[in-house]
Amino acid sequence: MKQIFAPAVAVVCALGTLAAPVAAQAKALTQITFGVDATYPPFESLSPSGAFQGFDIDLGKAICAELKVKCVFVSQSFDGIIPALQARKFDAILSSMTVTPERAKQINFSSEMYNEPTSLVEKKGAGLEPTAASLKGKNVGVEAGTIQETYAKTYWQPQGVNVISYQGQDQVYADLLSGRLDASLQDSVEADYGFLKTPKGTDYQFGGNVTYDPQDVLGSYIAIGVRKDEPELLKKIDWAIAELHKNGTYNKIEAKYFNFDVYGTQPAATTAPAAAAPAASAPAAQ
Amino acid sequence: MIDILQNYWQALLYSDGYGVTGLAMTLWLLVLSCAIGFCLALPLAVLRNARNPVLWFPVWLYTFIFRGTPLYVQLLLIYSGIYGLDFVHHTAPLADFFRSGLNCTILSFGLNTGAYTTEIFAGAIKETSHGEVDAGLAMGMSRVTLYRRIIIPAALRRALPAYSNEVILMLHATTLAFTATVPDILKVANDAYSATYAPFDCFGIAALIYLCVSFTLIFLFRRTERRYLAFLSP
Repeated sequence: MKQIFAPAVAVVCALGTLAAPVAAQAKALTQITFGVDATYPPFESLSPSGAFQGFDIDLGKAICAELKVKCVFVSQSFDGIIPALQARKFDAILSSMTVTPERAKQINFSSEMYNEPTSLVEKKGAGLEPTAASLKGKNVGVEAGTIQETYAKTYWQPQGVNVISYQGQDQVYADLLSGRLDASLQDSVEADYGFLKTPKGTDYQFGGNVTYDPQDVLGSYIAIGVRKDEPELLKKIDWAIAELHKNGTYNKIEAKYFNFDVYGTQPAATTAPAAAAPAASAPAAQ
Repeated sequence: MIDILQNYWQALLYSDGYGVTGLAMTLWLLVLSCAIGFCLALPLAVLRNARNPVLWFPVWLYTFIFRGTPLYVQLLLIYSGIYGLDFVHHTAPLADFFRSGLNCTILSFGLNTGAYTTEIFAGAIKETSHGEVDAGLAMGMSRVTLYRRIIIPAALRRALPAYSNEVILMLHATTLAFTATVPDILKVANDAYSATYAPFDCFGIAALIYLCVSFTLIFLFRRTERRYLAFLSP
């Protein structure tokens, strides 16, 4: 038995060693294809002429330039973006994706690209804060499938906040405008660009950033997602991101889009900045 | 598959711990909208067959509009459109009613199925055989008695197969409810999908639940048909 088995093992090993360099050669990187849900300005959107644009796109191009490979962007809606990556429709996800334990089970994530806090939007003068105590009995809208929905359902709904899920973020804003909702919860940059800075959002304001997150449902930071079977690609992307920081390209791109430091912002879960201190003490008691 | 069921069976069947969701919500939508539709359709079907255009024209217009436009559009108009009107905002009872997504959904579903049901019943009333009507008249029945005792019971029996079809189509139409933030079966399946990224498992479970409900409805209607349409069997 052993004798029959041994050659079989040898053959398998030989095939393995043969296959490995072939695979490595095939992967000698000439281009990276990024999957993008281009509906999320200022991070990723389509220009009127149909070209991909935004902060993520610029970072992606800079990463490709750093690695001296071609950059290709492919459109893919966000709810199917992980299955599409697994199905090898593209090599990496570059779509403002927050790292969560649930997602990290499916794919690998690069080092941090940037960070954005989750925050509340409300009518000017409403005086609501992103805490269960302040929002009790109020209607708060969230987009279904987002970490903000999980957050609101985990911490707020049990405390008597009326959390309503919507199919899309635009519907949340529509009902905020129509008055069905008292507030909405989403990430701050999206809210700023997608709503508050538009003409419709003039009567609305930020109600503060979420600071209370002991179960860490908001995840940590935003990163590029790569299939688990491609550690080489991940290593290269990580290296490129580090290079962008070193040579100042990152800061240049950042300055083009934001007037604040999107990289330095600590994860919402762990910060209790001095400015938010009065709000931070309230939720900690719950 | 097993862990999706373990995590979501409660939300899929009756509640996520805070409100009614899943199957219970879908059935509630179905029962209520079919009840509204039925109550609406019965008088309208009689009016639809009236000779006076003042009576039949508004009913014709109603069924024409609600059968001629997609339910999705109707739901959006009622949910987003009506609540956006100024006078609705400033009339307290209307504002309260339209503020709730569930009310808007049931209203639009009820009006929609009402339009289809009206046409089904109107067709059945029209096809009541002249002999039955003549016999009733010969017995000296008034118009009201004639409708109450002869025409409507006979028409409802003959409308059963078509009506059962409409109820099942309505069950399928309830999948639109999440557009108006009503958490039906499909919404829970979507939640499971966005948490696990396992499309076949999540939507497969939803499909199975819908299949079970459809099957139960078909079974019940078959039994009812056998009982009330026995006189038509060969």
